[in-house]
Order: sequence, then C-alpha cells, then structure tokens
Amino acid sequence: METPQLSSLYQQLILEHYRNPRNKGELEGTSVEIHMANPICGDEVRLQLRIQGGQIEEAKFVGQGCSISQAAISMMTTLLHGCSLADATILAECFTRMMHGDPDAAEDKRLKNLRALQGVSKFPVRIKCALIGFDALQEALKTHAKEDES
Amino acid sequence: MTTATLDPVKIRREFPTLDQSVNGKPLVYLDNAATSQKPRAVLDALRAYYENDNSNVHRGIHELSRRATVAYEESRAKVASWVGATEPAEIVWTRGTTEAINLVSTAWGLNNVHEGDEILISVLEHHSNIIPWQLLAQRTGAVIKYIEIDDQGRWVLEDLSDLLTDRTKVVAISHVSNALGTVNPVKEVAAAAHEVGALVLVDGAQGAVHIKVNVQDLGVDCYAFSGHKMCGPTGIGALWARRDLLDSMEPYQGGGEMIHIVEREMSTWAKVPHKFEAGTPNIAGAIGMGAAIDFLSEVGMDAIARHERGLLEYALERVSAVGGVRIYGPESLEEHSALISFTLGDAHPHDIATILDSEGIAVRAGHHCAQLAMKHFGISATARASIYLYNTEDDIDRLAEGLEQVQSIFA
Repeated sequence: METPQLSSLYQQLILEHYRNPRNKGELEGTSVEIHMANPICGDEVRLQLRIQGGQIEEAKFVGQGCSISQAAISMMTTLLHGCSLADATILAECFTRMMHGDPDAAEDKRLKNLRALQGVSKFPVRIKCALIGFDALQEALKTHAKEDES
Repeated sequence: MTTATLDPVKIRREFPTLDQSVNGKPLVYLDNAATSQKPRAVLDALRAYYENDNSNVHRGIHELSRRATVAYEESRAKVASWVGATEPAEIVWTRGTTEAINLVSTAWGLNNVHEGDEILISVLEHHSNIIPWQLLAQRTGAVIKYIEIDDQGRWVLEDLSDLLTDRTKVVAISHVSNALGTVNPVKEVAAAAHEVGALVLVDGAQGAVHIKVNVQDLGVDCYAFSGHKMCGPTGIGALWARRDLLDSMEPYQGGGEMIHIVEREMSTWAKVPHKFEAGTPNIAGAIGMGAAIDFLSEVGMDAIARHERGLLEYALERVSAVGGVRIYGPESLEEHSALISFTLGDAHPHDIATILDSEGIAVRAGHHCAQLAMKHFGISATARASIYLYNTEDDIDRLAEGLEQVQSIFA
C-alpha cells in the first residue's frame, strides 16, 4: 500500500480552523440540537441549528477533539447558513461519500473548503473524526423532519 | 542482587512482529501497555499444542487429553509461582484482568457487600476496575468512595484513615497506572485496609508485567492480571486469590467442569479452582501464557526492570526536551513505570499518534480507559509511549524525532 502523505492531512486551512473555529458557541433560539461523541477517542460535538421556513438560518457548535474533527465541524457550519434542508442533506451525503473515497464526490464544487479534508480518506482510522460533525448534521435533519411531521 | 543485563537487539529477533516496515519506516512499537508483542517461544507453544496435543482438558481418558491436561495444569503452576501463590489451586484462569475483577465483584461481592457498605477505589483506576464495582454498588446499594490523586498522579493518602471505615468491605486498586505509569503503594494501603477488615483486590494488569510480584509480600487478597501484556496470547489471564477466600466464594458462571454432582434441583461444585472455570477453557492461551513466563524468566525480571528503567530515564529526557511537551505522572523514577503519558502544545493526542504512525511509530492516544484520571488533569486525552524489554535507545530517538515533526506541523 502506498504511504499516504501527512501534508495531505494537515493542511494549513485545517489547522487554521482547528485553532480559530467558526461558529463555536451557544446558539439562541435553537430548533434542533444533537450531541454526538466517539467514546473510543473522545471526539465530541453538540451541534445546534436554528431552522426557519425550510432553511437553516444559523448553525453553531460546541465540541472538543482532534484537529480533523473540529476543523471539519467548523468548516461545515460556515456552509450551512442560509442553506435549505434539502441542500444540507445533499452536502452531508456528498461529504460522507468523499470520505469513503468516492472521487466524483471529491470533485463536487458544493463542498467548497471542505474539499481540503479529502486527504483524510487516505487515513482509514481518522475518517470517523472527519465525519462526526456531518453525522450530527444528518441526525439533526432527521430529528427535525420527525418533529415537523408530528 | 544480580546485575544481569539484557541485549535488546538480540531479544528483538525473538519477536517476528517487530521485524517489519510501517509506512515505509522500520516499525517502532511503543504501545506495549495496550498489548505486548509475542516471542517465537509463545507462538511455537501455541502451534505445538494445536498440532500435537489438541484435546479437551479434564475430560478425556485418551492420550491427547492427558497431554493437554498436563500442559494446561503445568502452566497454572508456572503462573502460581510467578506471583508467589501458595499453591496452583489459587490460580483461576480467566479471559484477562477484566474478567478476573468481574469474577470477584460478582461471586464474592454479591454475597458480601450490602446496602450502605463501602467500596474504596481510586480515581487512577482503569475502567475495568471501576465499572464492575459501580455495577455491584447499583445491585447492592453500596457506596463507592475514591482515593484522590495529586498533580503528579499519585494517590493522596493523608486522609486514608477517614476513607477506610468499618463499612468498607473491599478496596480495589491498581498496582501500576496504565494511564500515567504511577507505581502505587499497594502494600501500605492493603495493610490499612486489612485493619478495618476489608478485602483487598489489586488490578495487576500493568504490574505483573514490569514488577516481580509476590502476593504474600504485598499482603493482598486478590491479584488480577493478563497474559497478553506480558508476551502471552490474548484472551487469557488469571485471578490469584487466597485459597480460603476462593473456597468461601460461590461460583461465577455455571456449566461444565465446575460441577461435582448434578441433581435435578440443586448441584454441588467442583473444588477450586475448577469451581470458577465453567466450560471449555482457553487451553492454548493458558499454555501460551506458561510459555511467556518461561521466556520472561529466562531473560530475567531484574534485567528487564533495569533495562526499562534506563530507557524510561532516557525517554523522559528526550521527550521533555521537545518544545511544548507536558509529561503527566510521577517525577521520581522510583514511582514511575515504563511509560510516558504526555501532551504536546495544542496538538490533539490523536493528531500526535497519526503523525507518529506515518513515521512507523506506534503509540496510544486517548483517555486510556481512565477517564477519571484524565478529568483530574482537566484533559480528555494524552499520548502514551510505553516501553518493554525489546525497545532500544534507537526507538526513543525515533520517537523524539517524530515529536519534533508534530511540533513543526502544529507550530
């Protein structure tokens, strides 16, 4: 097996988001909140969304963990503001496919900055780190849809 | 006092796993506190058992069963003398340390711990020496109390006489901390615990590996340990307990081998240790653990301890010289077992481990199943490099160089 390059993992953009996370803190008027943790490694996120008229008005998070998990969550939240619920679902699916090595997903321009995380897919034990934020997002969207129905 | 030394380069040749490249670099294995590598002698013993003697123990009249039983019981005797047991019957085979602790917390605990009784453990414990007692407390209404730790990860014992009361039924403590490397003053606490009539169980998962254990000298009642951390196979370990204690305990699990006479309503139990060994045991594992003890005895525990001490001292010096490193655990080498638990600036321990892995260096990152100890220091994880008999100064140099790389990426 080819040795994956560290430089593809620890890009400046990722380290920058790790050090200066965007949208970190408590959200006011939260519509849905999901807590997700990986008990094996201690990565943790509490994702909060305010949803209005089928759109995510604002997304914030509180979390701790490695650079990959925290940078991925931070970058994710920057793309969620003003995003329709349908587009958020597509974004989560697309990112998840990129993490599992789908080259088409990695080309998808909708991922924007998140494509910097493509290198994580070469490090199998770290994929779950990159996915924890999007796992929380998918769970949040499901929970919101259920609450909307009832 | 012998002054035997060991040659790690020669010893390494006995461990096939060590002879490989990882990510294009020669493997440096520093995750020994998680599990050790296995020498040829152990691998050969497993193979020889399955190729020549494979059979069930204590059941068959035939030759293979006789051979398997002899090898299996000989291993029990080796384990018994390894920890200073009075007789082989004081050794109960288990899947490992965890099962040995659960055996005591269940078979002894459910009959001897009652509502309002107290269980004393320490915040330094591995989850395997916390959760079984929490389960027991939930089932009986007992209360758990904790020995706290100081800023070097050492037990705070000034208030031990307050922690121990006439309600204290059991004191369950680790010999050596897997998270910080602290060598705990077990003997002192055991003596105090016995004064209030409490049972003393020691989690020896990291103890029997590095220290020549003598349970009589420690003055404890139970000592639990695993084969796989001391060159043996996974899935095998042992509980040592005083014979009179084992005799007084109810069975742990029911099944074959643990019975004497089975009746429709009620049955009687086999003698110890078989009373606690329901079902076909891990025969190969037990034989492998015996082979591991032979191997370690031949190298010599004194020589291993001296080698580890020298490398620990060198590693502490090299690792602490890397900018941003903070080492957790006792400052005194006397109180510090062969591992270094550390953080490096704001690099998360998982990022440290990934960067080291890319250099072919295996370390552990995480809470080490010791979340209470991590919480004490206000952190969620550390990186841990743990040393064993086959590690060399070259391994430590590679570790230090890898950490320099972490430092430069996260600068």
